Amino acid sequence: MMREMPDGATDDLLRVQNLVVSFPGATRAAERIEVVRGLSFTLARERLGIVGESGSGKSMTGRAILRLIRAPGRVAATRLQFDGIDLLALPERGMRKLRGARLSMIMQDPTFSLHPIMSVGRQIGESLSLHESLSRRERKQRVRAMLEAVRIDDPDRVAKLYPHEISGGMGQRVMIAMMLIARPDLLIADEPTSALDVSVQASVLQLIDDLVTERGMGLVLISHDLSLVARFCDRILVMHRGQVVETCIASELHRARHPYTQALLAAVPRLHETRDTLPVLERDDRMST
Amino acid sequence: MNAALDVHELSVRYGRTEVVSDATFAVAEGESVALVGESGSGKSTILKAVLGLAPDWSGRIEVFGKARGHRPDPKVAQRCQMVFQDPYGSLHPRKSVDAALAEPLAIHGLRDRDARIEAVLDDVGLDRRFRYRFPHQLSGGQRQRVAIARALILAPRLLLLDEPTSALDVSVQAGILNLLKRLRAERGLSYLLVTHDLPVASFLCDRLAVMQRGRIVEIAPVATLREGDFADPYARQLYAASQVGGVEGHSA
Repeated sequence: MMREMPDGATDDLLRVQNLVVSFPGATRAAERIEVVRGLSFTLARERLGIVGESGSGKSMTGRAILRLIRAPGRVAATRLQFDGIDLLALPERGMRKLRGARLSMIMQDPTFSLHPIMSVGRQIGESLSLHESLSRRERKQRVRAMLEAVRIDDPDRVAKLYPHEISGGMGQRVMIAMMLIARPDLLIADEPTSALDVSVQASVLQLIDDLVTERGMGLVLISHDLSLVARFCDRILVMHRGQVVETCIASELHRARHPYTQALLAAVPRLHETRDTLPVLERDDRMST
Repeated sequence: MNAALDVHELSVRYGRTEVVSDATFAVAEGESVALVGESGSGKSTILKAVLGLAPDWSGRIEVFGKARGHRPDPKVAQRCQMVFQDPYGSLHPRKSVDAALAEPLAIHGLRDRDARIEAVLDDVGLDRRFRYRFPHQLSGGQRQRVAIARALILAPRLLLLDEPTSALDVSVQAGILNLLKRLRAERGLSYLLVTHDLPVASFLCDRLAVMQRGRIVEIAPVATLREGDFADPYARQLYAASQVGGVEGHSA
């Protein structure tokens, strides 16, 4: 699991302090809407899960760390540090060197995140050629091995296909392959397996897990799937309306004390379901998308 | 037994590939059956064949005792409607909720459109202010309610549900699952539900059919999910994969 580290600030792979992400209000006079409101956490080389409903600010947190939020959105923080590098002060060029190489993010929606007119194999290879110098042959082999690792049975055929020719689940695996091929130090995975069925999901998670345990990668897993996060992560942050309402050890999630977390847990159907209706949370419509 | 849907030795092809092979099962009137299995196992294809969206099939498909042909059949459409997985993709972006709901009524030449639209919106728990909104003004859960309303407006007796909640997060999912359960009880609907989420099948269904590579390998009552004593090795594997640890194991 977690690597043994001597005490001290520099061991943390990621330090986030008082992160605020805001967007302009509906009218010019209206106040800015804060979608992440003063979030703080640190991440060692471990698996951290962030759960919450849509609109709770989970994905915005992930994007803010990679500095992917564009104007008119605004990101502010007392501290946003990756492996000792101040991400807020880094020029865009430096940021581009980190992204995809040391810092990667698996986006939620493969159909919008893949380049529509570039073959799958080339897209995966591209992230390698940007950050490593490899011969064409080596690159092709790495791509092939990566596609196999995400359980694509026929990698040579699939590498030649274009995004519209593959299914959603396959697209998500391609996306995962693309993000993992450069072997990043920190992976932010935003609902990485929501389009995959259980058996493929298990092998993709295993692959991510290997990178965490063998290579000491840090993982932020953003998901609304509570049971997935509970069984896969070390620690969990529960977010609600842009703030962390509860932090707990993943295996202790079922003992969560905060009423919001308890309500979330109760809304999930169970394998041996006996309830006639599931409890539904009251949602704040302002925050929903 | 009166069957809402009777599928006998159904095989479906896309081009040269056979996607579903020899599927035989039935959904009794008022019953809810789940098709589970990994993606690519042919679950959704069965729904499409029943609906007439996958015309290259052989075997027999009977909807309420009437065999369907290979062409689009308005009589089948009136008794059997589908709710799709993705509420973002299944509604026309430039048509208001009102227009989306009026279209099936116009196609089938039904009168009282106004009253029917109001009634169906009420049934799915959307109040009147949603009637003239466009899909981009709705949340995912609200869109899925519109998609369910669109399916219900022809008053079908059988609903085909293709992963109706997999694009939604837990609390919204709970609302939609409750809605589907209530509608079924109130109207005596029959459901054929495709899902890869076994707990969802457990909440909504009476029986489940496990599919692997285009074949139905086992049909069992949902009570089997309590013990996991499936006969087929693949079904057991699927059960084990969704059972590992998690919130579930502790709270039971």
